Amino acid sequence: MNSFPILSSIIILPLFGALVAMLVKGSDKEISKNLRDLALWISIVELILVVLLCLQFDQSNDNFQFVEKTVLLTKFNISYFLGVDAVSLTFMLLTAFLFPLCIYYTKLSIKYRTREFMVCFLLLQALVMGVFSCLDIVLFYIFFESLLIPMFLIIGIWGGKRRIFASYKFFIYTLAGSVFFLISIIVMASIANTTSITELDNYYFDIELQKWLWLGMFVSFAIKVPMWPFHTWLPDAHVEAPTVGSIILAGILLKVGGYAFLRLSLPILPSASFYFSEAILILSIIAIIYTSFVAMAQDDMKKMIAYSSVAHMGYVTAGIFSLTEAGIKGAIFQMLSHGIVSSALFLSIGFLYERTNSRQIKDYSFLVKSMPVFSFLFIVIVLSSVGLPGTSGFIGELMSVLGVYKFNSIFGFFVAFGLVLGAIYMLRLVRQIVFTIEARKETTLKELIFSEKIILSLFAILSILLGLMPNILLRFIDSFTLKLLLNF
Amino acid sequence: MNYTVLIILLPLLGAVISGLCIIGKRNILAEVISTLLVCLSALMSIHVYFSLEKFIKNITIYEWIKFSDLSLNFSIYLDPLTSIMFCVVTIVSAVVHIFSIGYMHSDKFRARFFCYLSLFTFAMLILVCSDNFIQLFLGWEGVGLCSYLLVGFYFHKPSANNAAIKAFLVNRVGDFGYLIAIALIYKYFNTLSFSEVFQSVYTFKEYKVSFLSNEFNLITVITMFLFLAAVGKSAQIGLHVWLPDAMEGPTPVSALIHAATMVTAGVFLVVRCSPLFEYSQFTLNFITYIGIITSIFAASVALLQDDIKKVIAYSTCSQLGYMFFACGISAYSLAMFHLVTHAFFKALLFLAAGSVIHSLHHEQNFKNMGELYKKLPITYFFVIVGSLALTGIPPFAGYFSKDLILEFALSKHTFNSTNVYIFGCLGAFLTAIYSTRLLYFTFHGKSKISPTIFKDIKEPPYVMIVPLFILAIGAIFGGYIFYNLVYDNSFWKDSIFTLNNINYVEEAHHIDKIFKLIPIILVVTAFIIVFGSYKFIQDLSSKLNKYFGTLTVILKNKWYFDSMYNYLFVKKLLDFSKFLWTSVDIGIIDLKGPIGVSAKVMKTATYFRKIQNGKIFSYAIFMFAGIVVFAGILFF
Repeated sequence: MNSFPILSSIIILPLFGALVAMLVKGSDKEISKNLRDLALWISIVELILVVLLCLQFDQSNDNFQFVEKTVLLTKFNISYFLGVDAVSLTFMLLTAFLFPLCIYYTKLSIKYRTREFMVCFLLLQALVMGVFSCLDIVLFYIFFESLLIPMFLIIGIWGGKRRIFASYKFFIYTLAGSVFFLISIIVMASIANTTSITELDNYYFDIELQKWLWLGMFVSFAIKVPMWPFHTWLPDAHVEAPTVGSIILAGILLKVGGYAFLRLSLPILPSASFYFSEAILILSIIAIIYTSFVAMAQDDMKKMIAYSSVAHMGYVTAGIFSLTEAGIKGAIFQMLSHGIVSSALFLSIGFLYERTNSRQIKDYSFLVKSMPVFSFLFIVIVLSSVGLPGTSGFIGELMSVLGVYKFNSIFGFFVAFGLVLGAIYMLRLVRQIVFTIEARKETTLKELIFSEKIILSLFAILSILLGLMPNILLRFIDSFTLKLLLNF
Repeated sequence: MNYTVLIILLPLLGAVISGLCIIGKRNILAEVISTLLVCLSALMSIHVYFSLEKFIKNITIYEWIKFSDLSLNFSIYLDPLTSIMFCVVTIVSAVVHIFSIGYMHSDKFRARFFCYLSLFTFAMLILVCSDNFIQLFLGWEGVGLCSYLLVGFYFHKPSANNAAIKAFLVNRVGDFGYLIAIALIYKYFNTLSFSEVFQSVYTFKEYKVSFLSNEFNLITVITMFLFLAAVGKSAQIGLHVWLPDAMEGPTPVSALIHAATMVTAGVFLVVRCSPLFEYSQFTLNFITYIGIITSIFAASVALLQDDIKKVIAYSTCSQLGYMFFACGISAYSLAMFHLVTHAFFKALLFLAAGSVIHSLHHEQNFKNMGELYKKLPITYFFVIVGSLALTGIPPFAGYFSKDLILEFALSKHTFNSTNVYIFGCLGAFLTAIYSTRLLYFTFHGKSKISPTIFKDIKEPPYVMIVPLFILAIGAIFGGYIFYNLVYDNSFWKDSIFTLNNINYVEEAHHIDKIFKLIPIILVVTAFIIVFGSYKFIQDLSSKLNKYFGTLTVILKNKWYFDSMYNYLFVKKLLDFSKFLWTSVDIGIIDLKGPIGVSAKVMKTATYFRKIQNGKIFSYAIFMFAGIVVFAGILFF
């Protein structure tokens, strides 16, 4: 396709913005206002571009579309190779949707070093868009691992009290995984003599080799998802990250791991994926049940949501590796839904944190009186998180359960059991902060201001909309899933 | 717009308008509009019920979920079963809406209350008109959510909050069963729509599935899990603990949700899935005994409760047990008949209790009442009607439905069904005892109310009397009005499936007259004994304590279910999760994982640091050693 390089422009636009942000001069106050506006506009343009992309996208065609390719290195055919299919577009849309909201919200939450923050944030957006749209495995690696840098800075500079510890833990963890990923890439490139994902899809690696390659990639992806027992960086990172950081982390960065499984592990190494599927399911089940229990023990709201994220991502990995249509579609749905719901949860906690500077559950009580609108929206979002039918959470979890059950009844049994556990801690949270009246004190907080109401209700509406009309997404990813399943 | 669609949409519209009224703080508008809309919906349901032929069909609203070859619609599947449920739900809901206008008149948050109430009605209608398992689940969870919100309506009371959460979580255990059942059906039948599943049940009749290296019959497994869901929703033994606590909600809510509609959803589920249940005799037997145990157990606990609403709540549990054992002996239409009559007389009892509570300014313990028949004669009359219907005295509604179940059970001449008869009679006896006790303490016994308050007790306003009157009509004449449900199986068309097509009324007629009289005799005897002993024996309760000490303690503690669950699922669960977090997550994974590894790296690095000591001499030695090694590799 020789038309306008729309994918490249989606990646380059935020980079350009970051560059401008670095160079602009002026007084601090002016800079922070102007740069925020600049970043906001860039992210809005990105959203428009991605929406345009979705509208032009041909749903019935299961090949990559809007392809752009320039060879960079002839040796291994390493090339600048972009293209999208339904699943990458889904996540690009999620990214393009979350970024403007986050940038808008920084007006209320980021109080210092605005310039540097905007640079990080725009860089992050460019890299995420790159991950979701590139089709060369080396390029993918570069984007995938570079995500670390801006996120590391966001946690380390704008984070809470133990931000240094958390950001290092995050960094080391993720970097450790990437080493193995790199080895796998090098081996694949040298054997298949190509780094293009589409060509690797068609290349057949020896089964024994596949297992090693698969394991190498698995470590890296499992840390990103994160799967049990690679999850312990997440609670710390979330607790220390600023609210917008948490939103991007939970809403997008966790999805990168799941996306990588779908884009690389499954199509390139199908036999190994099949070989390891039971092991992954067991890990996912442990993630779902174990982290639900751990979440129950938390006194810190952000930690609780972070642990619940691990449990929810457990449904994703379980769904993907059930290798059934229901499971994979459910996993994609669950990722999108979790992207919306967990972002909204972190946002809600952010709203509360700004009012009191506390994340402890015990510091809040009876919000329903002083913040009725917040309480209402928060309950809607919590219900979506526990997978009440009619919300997006339900569809994802239901389909994952159906898929896993088809694969293996006992696994399905445990995955379904997670639904009971999830409700316990989330409802306990609601009871504690929204309804309970503490005799010693009653938290009287300022109700959400108009823009906060708008942002939070946008999330709530989206979640319900997806829950009532899941077909919009399910149809969209239909051809992708069928093509993926041809491998098995 | 289709007529039947409107029945469902009107309550939703009511909920939306009341929701807007919450924001606009217009309580009166909310209550008037939502009540009118639900009443309209009730009238339309009655119309549909009486001209059923015209309306039977499956209306698809839109396609909800589609993947692979599974396609699930939002639809309104109108068949006789749906239409009778429509009637029950909308009529009771309309009556409760009207009653609430009076009952809640001094509450500042009425708009919210009416919003939830209408939303509940909508969810319940969605539940009963579904044509597939998933839409049913939507309604199922929807009513659970509304129940959660309504039980916790008085959110400033901690007990109300705890009860709300308890109800939701206990029901989640049932939902887990439902989810597994869905997954099983999807795996083997590859569809989730009722008609397609029911059509192919026969082919799976002998199908075995293995689980943990045991072989089970597929249909049995599916139905057992479905029944687990029903046990949760319908508060059968084991998962019954939420229902008595749910009485923390406002009384009209108890009448609508915890007596007439939501708790019967479990029975509805079993009846709706009768084609599945019929093929598993094991599950049917299981249902029979769970029903029997619950009916006796709950009635026994009700004997010694002092809270007027808790007695009625346990009574509901017990009556739901009757419906379940009717299902267990394949008498689904009798179960539905009892469901309908029970909805009327139990809602009547609850609302009458509500008007007593209202008149006494939220006093619920009937040990603190007495002699109220002087002050509340109209309410007294309604409580008597409700109690007579509940205990099954002819010609009240309960007599028709309950005794028919018992008579039919006896006519079947199997071991299970004979047990049903025996324990059903025992249950009726216990029912009569606690009903009489409630009546006696509330309306007769010596008044414990201070005279100043007693003087001002007034009958509730008309807006609360009229609903009682409507329900009383149902409780008195319900047996005749709905007799066609059982008289003639053709009413149900295909909506209920039984392996042997039996006319229950015919069968029930064949038993000896004496057996027909036994339940009534038992009830009347109980009535006389209890009333007599309270009237004429001094200190009856202390004497009872003396002679039946252990038993009364057990009953007062509700057979220790709550304390056991509290210990296991509240205390131990938290301990366990704390253990996992501190020991496993922080202790093992973190310490052995990242922190351990980085500590090791640091430690190793300190060794290497010793090499970098800055002395030229030692560097020279290392260089020389290096050259020797390389040279060695090169030459050999």
